[in-house]
Amino acid sequence: MDQNSLHRVRNKALGIAHGVGLFLAMLVICLPGIWIVLSSLRPTVEIMAKPPVWIPQELSLDAYVAMFSGIGKGGIPVLDYFRNSLIVSVTSTVIAIAIGMAGGYAFARYRFRAKSAMFLGLMLTRTVPGIALSLPLFFVFARLGIIDTHFGLILVYVALNVPFTIWLIDGFFRQVPKDLAEAAQIDGCTRWQAFWQVEFPLAGPGIASAGIFAFLTSWNEFALASQLTRSINSKTLPVGLLDYTAEFTIDWRGMCALAVVMIIPALTLTFIVQKHLVGGLTSGAVKG
Amino acid sequence: MATVSLKKLTKSYGPVAVVHGIDLEVADREFIALVGPSGCGKSTTLRMIAGLEDISDGVIEIGGRMVNDLPPRSRNISMVFQSYALYPHMTVRENLGFSLKIAGASKEEMDRRVAEASGILGLDQLLDRRPSQLSGGQRQRVAMGRAIVRDPDVFLFDEPLSNLDAKLRTQMRTEIKKLHAKVKSTVIYVTHDQVEAMTLADRIVIMRDGFIEQVGTPDEVFRRPQTRFVAGFIGSPPMNLHEAAIDDGQLLFASGERLPLPSQFKANVGTGDKVVFGLRPDDIYPTGHGISSGEDADVHQLELPVTVTEPLGNETLVFAEFNGSDWVSRMLNPKPLRAGDRVKMSLDLSQAHLFSTDTGKTLRG
Repeated sequence: MDQNSLHRVRNKALGIAHGVGLFLAMLVICLPGIWIVLSSLRPTVEIMAKPPVWIPQELSLDAYVAMFSGIGKGGIPVLDYFRNSLIVSVTSTVIAIAIGMAGGYAFARYRFRAKSAMFLGLMLTRTVPGIALSLPLFFVFARLGIIDTHFGLILVYVALNVPFTIWLIDGFFRQVPKDLAEAAQIDGCTRWQAFWQVEFPLAGPGIASAGIFAFLTSWNEFALASQLTRSINSKTLPVGLLDYTAEFTIDWRGMCALAVVMIIPALTLTFIVQKHLVGGLTSGAVKG
Repeated sequence: MATVSLKKLTKSYGPVAVVHGIDLEVADREFIALVGPSGCGKSTTLRMIAGLEDISDGVIEIGGRMVNDLPPRSRNISMVFQSYALYPHMTVRENLGFSLKIAGASKEEMDRRVAEASGILGLDQLLDRRPSQLSGGQRQRVAMGRAIVRDPDVFLFDEPLSNLDAKLRTQMRTEIKKLHAKVKSTVIYVTHDQVEAMTLADRIVIMRDGFIEQVGTPDEVFRRPQTRFVAGFIGSPPMNLHEAAIDDGQLLFASGERLPLPSQFKANVGTGDKVVFGLRPDDIYPTGHGISSGEDADVHQLELPVTVTEPLGNETLVFAEFNGSDWVSRMLNPKPLRAGDRVKMSLDLSQAHLFSTDTGKTLRG
């Protein structure tokens, strides 16, 4: 075999090995998700079976039907939870992005006193585990009378997300050359127009990813929401999962079905936004 | 079209002043080049004229109107950035038309003016591309097109060619010159490249450490540099500059070697004065291999050892040792020379310069 065909065979073998490796990695990542979807369709007996039943014997949508069939018939107020989740997540995301854009832009573009210290301070807030805040937050919120309200949860999620959105958006604004905003100003823009016409579209992918992150954090958060919500007034979907636990039993199938209901909007949103996450938009702005 | 006038223009960052009260009058349709080493304040001055930088003191007038506190958009200027600063999310057409869109121009007006600018710069084929799909020279042209479309009073160029390779730079230099001839507008052009300044400008402003050293036509700053700095900065290869003392009507160098005092300076210096003697490479040449200025034919001949030669094809730079260091000379009619050869050199002292060692100013009367 000559050198060329040897390398061709080697490249082919490497390609196959890459494929197999990737498949295994994806399997590990996707298996829990697949298992949740499968479990939501299988009877409890099969879910709890030991050793596990890998190939489902019996699939049905009973859990979904039950979920929406109202209280008393095995249902839970899933639409209320969904509404609460949506209101809280969307509002807190919008606010966190607005603050993140203003803050990120300021950190990226302006010099001011104690800038590094402030930035570090913001980042340090991320080192506190959210659950450690639940008790103090509970006391404060109870005093303020905002337990079991959308407002309370939105406040918490904004506070959780703002440091991250500022950090991420700061990085993206840093990549947008300063010259562009100046060129826009010379071209007749006000400072404000220059931002919206030039800098904002270019930092768009960063803002979109910060948005996804903030939304998913709020959408999936359980620890704090379980402390700060009480009723269908404000209970979010993750807290709603607890409705499937009784004193001695857990309805695994129902819980998995609700989990699927929770995952779908998050997945849809990520798919919609990921189109805008195309990087490299700034290439060609300045000498590259 | 408009005049630009800077009066006692000052810029400081806290206690550090970077531009020290400079005065400059730019005539209508004039091409002015601000040139100087990095950190001399030329870009800061340009940015102050553009309105991108606040001024600390003084007055800027464009077309007789004070614009000190006006935002960039109200000054009717356009600027070409060193980085081109093209909007990457817009096509070439949108880049060119952006200022018109912001100004609320009609579609027809926009199309007409974009077509006009792209015609001048040969961008017609590129209008639907994005900046990332263009080469360096094309981006440069789009940046200039964007400036033209605005039909501004004053064009500002901030080192527009420094990101291009040498060949393209020469080509774009010619294009800028043609462009100026075509659009006939006032241009302020910042560069650190004295060749660009010399070739393009009607007048050159040489800046150093936030002060203006000299303002003059390319010929003036080349032939009659007012300071030692200008003498060393303008010209390539640079002027030979060496310290000497006046002794008995002669220039006495540190090594003990002497040259006759050029006659044009005799009245202005006296024995014991410390001076800097300057002579351009063009005015030192191997005898018979250069062009005498013919002015006074105040030519002094010396035999000097060659240390290095740099053949450039049409001419050869010869480095010969005098006063303990290498003096560059230009051999316009090259013949092979080797290091160590002793060559008879002609020094055209009628073209010599003398500067005061203390003030750096010329001693020409």
